[in-house]
Amino acid sequence: MSSEAISQQTGAPVVLSELSVGKKGRVVRFDLPPDQAGRLAEMGLTRGSVVELVRIAPLGDPIDIKVRGYHLSLRKREAAGVVIELL
Amino acid sequence: MGSPVETADAVRHVAIAGNPNCGKTTLFNALTGMRQKTGNYPGVTVERKIGRFFGSHGEPMLLLDLPGSYSLQVRSLDEAVSRDVLLGRREDTPRPDVIVAVVDASNLERNLYLVAQLLDLQLPVVLALNMVDMAEQAGIHLDIKGLEEALGIPVIPMIASRGVGLIELRQALSCQPLPMPARKAPIPEAMEREAQALAQELKSAPEVAYSEALLLLTQHEQGLKEQADAATVQRVQAAQQRLRSQGIDPLSALVELRYEWIADICARYARKPEEAAYQLTLSDRLDAYLTHRIWGWLAFVGAMALMFFSIFTLAEYPMEWIEAGQEWVGELAKAWIPEGDLQSLVVDGIIAGVGGVLVFLPQILILFFFLGLLEDSGYMARAAFLMDRLMSSVGLHGKSFIPMLSSYACAIPGIMATRTIENPKDRLVTILVAPLMSCSARLPVYILMIALLLPQGTSWAKAGIMLSMYALGTATAFLMAWLFKRTLLKGETPMLLLELPPYRLPSLRNIVIRMVERAGIFVKRAGTVILALSVILWALLTYPKPADPEIPRGEALAQSYAGKMGHAIEPFIKPLGYDWKIGVGLIGSFAARELFVSTMGMIYNLDDEHAEEVDSVKEVMAKETHPDGSPVYTPLVCIGLMVFYVLAMQCISTVAVVRRETNSWKWPLFQIAYMTALAWIGAFLVVHIGRLFGFS
Repeated sequence: MSSEAISQQTGAPVVLSELSVGKKGRVVRFDLPPDQAGRLAEMGLTRGSVVELVRIAPLGDPIDIKVRGYHLSLRKREAAGVVIELL
Repeated sequence: MGSPVETADAVRHVAIAGNPNCGKTTLFNALTGMRQKTGNYPGVTVERKIGRFFGSHGEPMLLLDLPGSYSLQVRSLDEAVSRDVLLGRREDTPRPDVIVAVVDASNLERNLYLVAQLLDLQLPVVLALNMVDMAEQAGIHLDIKGLEEALGIPVIPMIASRGVGLIELRQALSCQPLPMPARKAPIPEAMEREAQALAQELKSAPEVAYSEALLLLTQHEQGLKEQADAATVQRVQAAQQRLRSQGIDPLSALVELRYEWIADICARYARKPEEAAYQLTLSDRLDAYLTHRIWGWLAFVGAMALMFFSIFTLAEYPMEWIEAGQEWVGELAKAWIPEGDLQSLVVDGIIAGVGGVLVFLPQILILFFFLGLLEDSGYMARAAFLMDRLMSSVGLHGKSFIPMLSSYACAIPGIMATRTIENPKDRLVTILVAPLMSCSARLPVYILMIALLLPQGTSWAKAGIMLSMYALGTATAFLMAWLFKRTLLKGETPMLLLELPPYRLPSLRNIVIRMVERAGIFVKRAGTVILALSVILWALLTYPKPADPEIPRGEALAQSYAGKMGHAIEPFIKPLGYDWKIGVGLIGSFAARELFVSTMGMIYNLDDEHAEEVDSVKEVMAKETHPDGSPVYTPLVCIGLMVFYVLAMQCISTVAVVRRETNSWKWPLFQIAYMTALAWIGAFLVVHIGRLFGFS
């Protein structure tokens, strides 16, 4: 079972890089160096904000997310440090 | 831009600030028209755009277009310049009297975050609520009065691309006196107290001390140590510790509180349609194709091919005209100036040098036209999105791809295009490897050497060799990028944070203004260096004059400084199988690779007319022998020479542009050194490995 499926059943947090296309989540916390977490927050990806995974680039990385009404692209490496709860 | 910008009589200094992609530059162009000037901030390669416009009573004002930034808590050079200007830290740019904060009305939430920070600066702020038409199309209901009330600053609804709202903006900027923001962005109370206390102890001017204190207080440890002295760091860290003990995380509390505040304002005064009524925008639907696994690549390859093809083919005609014009002016000069040193200096030195600069202009203009289209339409971000995976495998950013691709046509516009890369290290690596991509100036050399190598070869065989030279250059560029990212320019791989702005119809006006700007920068700055170096090279090839003016030009050249240098470097190029004559060719083509053909023609005593032709040069070269009677241009020497030209820098114009874009001689000199070393090693390996396998 994918971690996303587990999360759906248990409510356990997943990371943004594992969200599937079209799904939404709410940011819980960051497992990232403070400068990176700070930057993501300033770009609107704050704790409590809602993100949607819009698409994954054809080569598998980076990802395109929608947050606060706009599209932002980041690599899976950093997205793996954004802990979310599924909505 | 051409017209001067008079600054002395400006009654107000106005700064335009805003996120990237919010229409800042469109507003700047709409206000200033042609009364603008682009240069660099002294000491950094960040573009500085200033212009002049008139308030509603006709009073002149100075307008400064700050580089786009998402936050005053800076992460890039561009953002640092914006912050420093706003805080009055730059000596070359006085602190503005008023800020025009430009926001994209269809993307208000994120855009307002920077505005919240601008409200802390204790400067009058006017909000230019741009692209209200796009917001309306997206079904967003804007309440201007409500926004003014909530933010405490004048709000001007605008469509800058059509000039809507300009009159109202001018009126707001002509206000006497300019109102200070009526509100402050929210801040946790304990944090404000700490910021006020810290502000007292900073040595900054009183009007910026609070902003400075707040920026330090919300900074992480690493950033703090880079910005402040040890005593201040200690003070700030103690304050941060006190906040943490009250349950306030100084790094995230302020950002979160402000986004909450903004979300609340937007929910009231910029209402979005209900989820049910929400439809996919045109932009979203376009993206489904343009970033698609199959269609996305087709569109990408198509766009790149079109751009590349245009640079190659369309530029050819104006380049021919420029060359013809250069010849015509040269003839004219010959007719007016009596034969002698002066004539030679003017014709072969100055006119040839100026021609050598101008001949690149068509390619630069065409490339910047396409880059402008890609950037303004929003496609550039998608290209970076598609290519990022590939480029990140060598440690680069998706945005490095287009400059590298452009370098196939000519490294000069390619290097000038690296300005879109925010990270300075990534940008430098891209600049360093871009000239390894085989540019069009290498073609004559390849054609000559392939003709020597395969006099009877089929077109397929010739094309095959040509293609492998392009492949060699490309592979080496990626390899060197990988190497530089791991050694010389090591550092944390910066995170990718790429906004994918909605697709928009590009504005021809913006694109043309930028094209002319770039062309002007190239001609003015790079042109002077190229001209100077061309004259020096001319002198090396001409002096000292032979005692007997009747001797063949090959021998005259042999006695010149360049000839002597050819002899001097012979020991170094002998291991590559070259004699001193090839050495002269290498020196003669240091200015520009394609000069190799005519320099070789000269050294083999061909007359002017024949020295330019590949076929006649090829014939004399094919007959050339060493003193022992063995041929000079063996297959291995030919391949080795080609490899040398794939890898060597050999282009004064590129050197001049790199010098300008990196703001120092250090990097262009390093680039010459490493590429020459690569070229030597490459040619050496070809000749010696070839001999091991029994080739000659």
